[in-house]
Amino acid sequence: MINFENISKFYNGDPALDSINLSVSAGEFISIVGQSGAGKTTLIKLILAEEKPTSGSVFFDSVDIHSLKNNAITKMRRRMGVIFQDFRLLPRKTVYENIAFAMETAGKTDEEIETDVPYILDLVDIKSKALLFPHQLSGGEKQRLAIARAIINQPEVIIADEPTGNLDPINTNEVIQILKKINDLGTTVILTTHNPRIIDSLKKRVVSMEKGKIISDNEKGKYKI
Amino acid sequence: MFWLDTKRVIKSGFINFIRSSLISLSSVLVVTITLSIIASLIFLQAILQFSLSEMEDKVDVTIYFTVGAPEEQILNLKSSLEELPEVASVGYLTSDEAIRDFRLRHTDDYLTLQALEETGKNPLGASLNIRAQEPSQYESIATFLEGDSAVVVETSDIIDGDINYYKNKEIIDKLTSIINSSQQLGFFFTFIFIIISIIITFNTIRLTIYVAREEIEVMRLVGAGNKYIRGPFMVEGVIYGVISSLITIIIFYPITSWFGREMSSFFGMNLSEYYLNNFFQIFIIILLSGVALGTISSFLAVRKYLNK
Repeated sequence: MINFENISKFYNGDPALDSINLSVSAGEFISIVGQSGAGKTTLIKLILAEEKPTSGSVFFDSVDIHSLKNNAITKMRRRMGVIFQDFRLLPRKTVYENIAFAMETAGKTDEEIETDVPYILDLVDIKSKALLFPHQLSGGEKQRLAIARAIINQPEVIIADEPTGNLDPINTNEVIQILKKINDLGTTVILTTHNPRIIDSLKKRVVSMEKGKIISDNEKGKYKI
Repeated sequence: MFWLDTKRVIKSGFINFIRSSLISLSSVLVVTITLSIIASLIFLQAILQFSLSEMEDKVDVTIYFTVGAPEEQILNLKSSLEELPEVASVGYLTSDEAIRDFRLRHTDDYLTLQALEETGKNPLGASLNIRAQEPSQYESIATFLEGDSAVVVETSDIIDGDINYYKNKEIIDKLTSIINSSQQLGFFFTFIFIIISIIITFNTIRLTIYVAREEIEVMRLVGAGNKYIRGPFMVEGVIYGVISSLITIIIFYPITSWFGREMSSFFGMNLSEYYLNNFFQIFIIILLSGVALGTISSFLAVRKYLNK
């Protein structure tokens, strides 16, 4: 589904990623682990076409992401759901509108929005907060909102970049359980984290990175950096 | 789909405008200041134009005829002059009218009137007062009057003295150059002020959009197209323009009324009357300027973050 072919990325001559080859299959739950600066976020940015590689190609369903024009990148992003450590919610929109916005970009009708948004808010347990703004939510609620936004359009892949970084253990556990459920329903999940407890509890594929290189790639792996 | 998107973009623009009330207020204030400068320049141009045309009106060429000159010949010359494209109008003053005007002007001047009575006859001849379309055209009219066309040759005997153009030439030339330079200077300053205002407005709106740069980034990552991201910001720009132009139009009513009441004699024109008589045109200029300023500034400011 997603293939990195000999990807390198340099910032001012320093390698953030060095000759990365990685393949992610449809329906897989893959965790990318590593310390800060290992290159996890750069890898995510390349999938989202936020950054261009210095050399190599990233393929999404055999299409080279970085050869696409702006419009095509926009369409490709609609096939992905993104969750960030800092939530990246739209501050001027309410909880309801944040989800509705994602649906609007996908061309959903008002009727679909009116039906689906309350349903998804109920699913992530923030239905009662529908009319609040992001700054009025707790960290856990913000992340559940971000997850709801990421899954509302039933994307083919969920990309979660350190989604539990700002959460307490209880909320961390809830977020991971939601991601597991999403994966159980057939959606590919790419998770980056440096939380060993999460990785050890998942028992899924683990790719470990260090200084821009992949140092291990294990099915049902454990955190070992 | 197009109408659905348009409806959503407009709604979103309005909601953003209301929710970012403080930022919206500051943008509206800056656009209002810019539009006020544009409106002031419109009024300044009007005053300048009015003063210049007043000055132009004071310039003319008069041909004085000898006493008892045949009216038929004078009227022939008048018709010939009226046919010249440079001539705006030709006024004919008979010798009876000339003496009547003279008496009126000297009502309180007993000595002069008594001297006039003692002559026992009308010493003033008829005259033609010529106004050109433009001050620069008086020279060609004077050249015509010195030429050898039949009608000019026929009347040369009845013209009393020289045509007063050459006596006025220096003043006319000076006036023409003042008028031209004033107009050029007026346009130059208008242009400069408008450019400065646009830059200030653009930077203010750019700052408001800078505040929302992360929002734009998130919208892109969620999969929103450029038009869908840009749209609400442009709608906000339109709202800034419309509200600012309404405020400008409203605040200029009492301002021009005051000027109309207190400063009419100083300016030589009533600004309040000018404002009311040209209200529709001024309103359209201000409204279009406001909307264009808001929309184009927003468009350019958002583009920076969309092209990243």
